[in-house]
Amino acid sequence: MMQDLVVHAVYIGYALAMLLTFGTVLTWVERKQAAVMADRIGANRAYVRIPFTQIRLIWIGLFHGLADGLKMMLKEDFKPASYDGFAYAIAPWVVFAPVLLVFGVIPFGGALVPAELFAWWPAVAAWFGERHYQLQIARLDAGLLIVFAFGGLTVIGAMLAGWSSSNKFSMLGALRAGSQMISYELVMGLTVLGLVLIYGTVDLTDIVQQQSGVLLGFLPAWGIFLQPFAAVLFITAAMAENRRIPFDLPEAESELIAGYFTEYSAMKMGLFMFAEFIEIAVIAAIFTTLFLGGYNLPFMHDGGFTLPGGVEIAMSHGWVVITQMVVFLAKVLFMSSFQILVRWTLPRFRYDQLLRFAWKFLFPICLANLVVTAVAVWALGGFQ
Amino acid sequence: MTRSTVQRRHRRVYWNEPEMGTWEKLYLLEVVRGLSITGGVFLRNMWKWCTGRKGAVTAYYPEEMRADYAAGNRGKHVLTRRADGSPQCVACNMCATVCPARVIEIEAAFDPADAAHPKSPARFEIDYSRCVFCGLCVEACPEDAIRMVKEVPDFPGTDRHRMWIGKEELLSWQPASDVAKPYPPAPQRGAKR
Repeated sequence: MMQDLVVHAVYIGYALAMLLTFGTVLTWVERKQAAVMADRIGANRAYVRIPFTQIRLIWIGLFHGLADGLKMMLKEDFKPASYDGFAYAIAPWVVFAPVLLVFGVIPFGGALVPAELFAWWPAVAAWFGERHYQLQIARLDAGLLIVFAFGGLTVIGAMLAGWSSSNKFSMLGALRAGSQMISYELVMGLTVLGLVLIYGTVDLTDIVQQQSGVLLGFLPAWGIFLQPFAAVLFITAAMAENRRIPFDLPEAESELIAGYFTEYSAMKMGLFMFAEFIEIAVIAAIFTTLFLGGYNLPFMHDGGFTLPGGVEIAMSHGWVVITQMVVFLAKVLFMSSFQILVRWTLPRFRYDQLLRFAWKFLFPICLANLVVTAVAVWALGGFQ
Repeated sequence: MTRSTVQRRHRRVYWNEPEMGTWEKLYLLEVVRGLSITGGVFLRNMWKWCTGRKGAVTAYYPEEMRADYAAGNRGKHVLTRRADGSPQCVACNMCATVCPARVIEIEAAFDPADAAHPKSPARFEIDYSRCVFCGLCVEACPEDAIRMVKEVPDFPGTDRHRMWIGKEELLSWQPASDVAKPYPPAPQRGAKR
């Protein structure tokens, strides 16, 4: 029992540290990637000076995120005069908390056997005994449903923020956020149904483990190869859920100032921004889990690699765990970078186009994809 | 006749009406095309940065000055010199008078031994924190003593009191040794620069 607590405390610490680091680093990645895409250099002026020396650490602009955070902390915490105090105060947290919670069910690595990890320390190894864990905070049977449940909560935060600010721009932003996010949530759910049909489960660990094989002898059995359409539609809908360009209508600054967080300032506003950046990472993590095989590398299993030519590369348990975690992080970073690429490439939709795109374009394609998948699964005898 | 039919009949067609083919109307393919363009630029620039070259067209100002100023760019002032190295300026104060920003300060010196040019500037200072780079001083000078080079003064800073330039710096051109580095051209009356 105590062992479980220790292991899961470590997991939660790791997940929190990872998400917060991603939230900070992604602001830097966003700035730098946008700059490199536009033939510019990018933010590189903030520095940390080592005390009592003239040595300035610039580190290609990494400290700009720090400067941002400091600025947010020190700014005046302005509140509108007539507002619903309670709703106004909790709204940023209602946006922020579910984003973190979603990560609780995502497997960020394979199996972990602490006794094997601590083989060099017999006391600890004996204490852990035969126990083994998945690298995942909570292995729930309803994993995918949890993701959607918590993902759907953020819209409440946006609505609360817009309603309680007593500002017409906020209100309009909140209304837009509501209709947009509910529309795209539907699309997102439908895209994933195809995968659920194929894998026959909503348990995320199970889904990832089923993606460890090889298709047709050379393709890794990742979801993106089984359901390419669903992958594209899912990432589109997920980005719309995150309310970033080209789907940033709820906060379109040319129309609504800043939308539903117009009246927020200082760290409360920072929390909205931070939640947005963390959600990039979380969306990337969900996409990685569902479509990119999670922590799996092709030809890799819990004992090392088995290359197609029959070559075996054995790895110790510690190395396997580290490799799987790094692979997961690399995939998440890649998908985050892809979302930033989209954000800096496409112009914003008009609002009617946005909803038409969801209901008249994505929704029918999703249904068609679902029907084709269902027929294919039935024809191949998947439904036991 | 209902309102909608009127609108339909008189729908204006603009000269730049977008003409989209079937592929373009599908949108997703065009998105992929756009992403491949921006992604390509990103990869190209990243490859340059990773191989130790510069992957940007912007300059890292002020550490790095851009090299491609136009020939007629009005940047920093220089004072021209006579063959013996003395400044051509006769401290007539014409430039200081015409200056709309009033940035030029001249203090004249008098030398009775030099019969041809008895007056010369003892102090010639320009405040670049206020200079508007209009070039009127160059136009006003009767002695062709002040000109502007295309390079801008290297003055980003947080202290406006350090943005003055004195006579020594303005006399940076040495006509005897800087043969390969000619003066910037004098303004020609009526000619386009």
